[in-house]
Amino acid sequence: MGTYAHPEVLVDTEWVAQHAQDPNVRLVEVDVDTKSYEQGHIRGALAWNWSEELSDPVTRDIIPKESFERLMERSGIANDTTVVLYGDNNNWFAAWAFWQMKIYGHDDVRLMNGGRKKWIEEGRELVQDIPTVQPATYRAKEPDYSIRAFLPEVQRQVEEGKAALVDVRSPAEFTGEILAPPGLSETAQRGGHIPGAHNIPWGQACNEDGTFKSADELKDLYQRQEVTPDKPVVAYCRIGERSSHTWFVLRYLLGYPDVKNYDGSWTEWGNLVRAPIERGQAGART
Amino acid sequence: MAGKVSGSRPQDYMRRRERAEGWDIDIVSYKLGERYLCEIDNVDPGARIARGEGVTREEAERSALEAARKRLAMTRRHSLH
Repeated sequence: MGTYAHPEVLVDTEWVAQHAQDPNVRLVEVDVDTKSYEQGHIRGALAWNWSEELSDPVTRDIIPKESFERLMERSGIANDTTVVLYGDNNNWFAAWAFWQMKIYGHDDVRLMNGGRKKWIEEGRELVQDIPTVQPATYRAKEPDYSIRAFLPEVQRQVEEGKAALVDVRSPAEFTGEILAPPGLSETAQRGGHIPGAHNIPWGQACNEDGTFKSADELKDLYQRQEVTPDKPVVAYCRIGERSSHTWFVLRYLLGYPDVKNYDGSWTEWGNLVRAPIERGQAGART
Repeated sequence: MAGKVSGSRPQDYMRRRERAEGWDIDIVSYKLGERYLCEIDNVDPGARIARGEGVTREEAERSALEAARKRLAMTRRHSLH
């Protein structure tokens, strides 16, 4: 049985139960909003709202370095704090926060395996008390964009055909049958996928309880679809949160050296005038 | 919003799968403190699309299902030809 390349970035629910009150551990629940957190959260956890605190709605970008530093400081996070992230929605937005913290160079950030779903299924305690936080001092590093793909790079990768593009959306989104997950707002003018992309939905990396599959299972999942560590990999979805989850799997659980999250994702590519797309199964260029 | 919960464990946890407006959904409900909470996701890809609360499981699920159906009904299927 193989092991994860970086097992230190993953903690289980029992570890969190034992360390949630540790003064050098900051537990944060991350989701698209904080409604689940308000209903009940792990004792000691703070909440980060992806829409309002991690994203800049004006520039459609991650928050700038100075805003990130202020977020860390008011969350009581210093540069040497161990940050444990978990969330609703299958840890998608927690994975985004992990990715964003790595962009700004935070050393010790981890995900709680299985997220909020597993914590609740195990019948563990939830509280509504909001912890009192002693503000910290934080200095972010210059952003590391080696883990982030912007549009020009993705366009170049499509032309050159040397990178593995991984579309982690559902098959119905990939083919173009639907423009957004059922029940969510359509954010693109057209459906389909980036030419040459492999469709490996995010959930194939997880067990039924939301925890990650074993290293051997993950290795087999990606390598049998030619997503191998010897080439650059770019993961995308609709807005970049599901692909953060897959980025985490490839970069930290499997140890691929060159993996980027394309957070512009289908909401960007699918709206581009004259950008080539494919509809249906892979290989049907439009 | 549930009544103030200070240290409660989820009880009566239940998960089941149904179809609504032509889509698979997972319905999760449990009791936390004195209230029942319900969350519904769209199975594939697994995004939460609705929540509900109530003094009974039925009330919480009814509220969440009503919201979920409204949202799912707006999802269009596009022809690939």
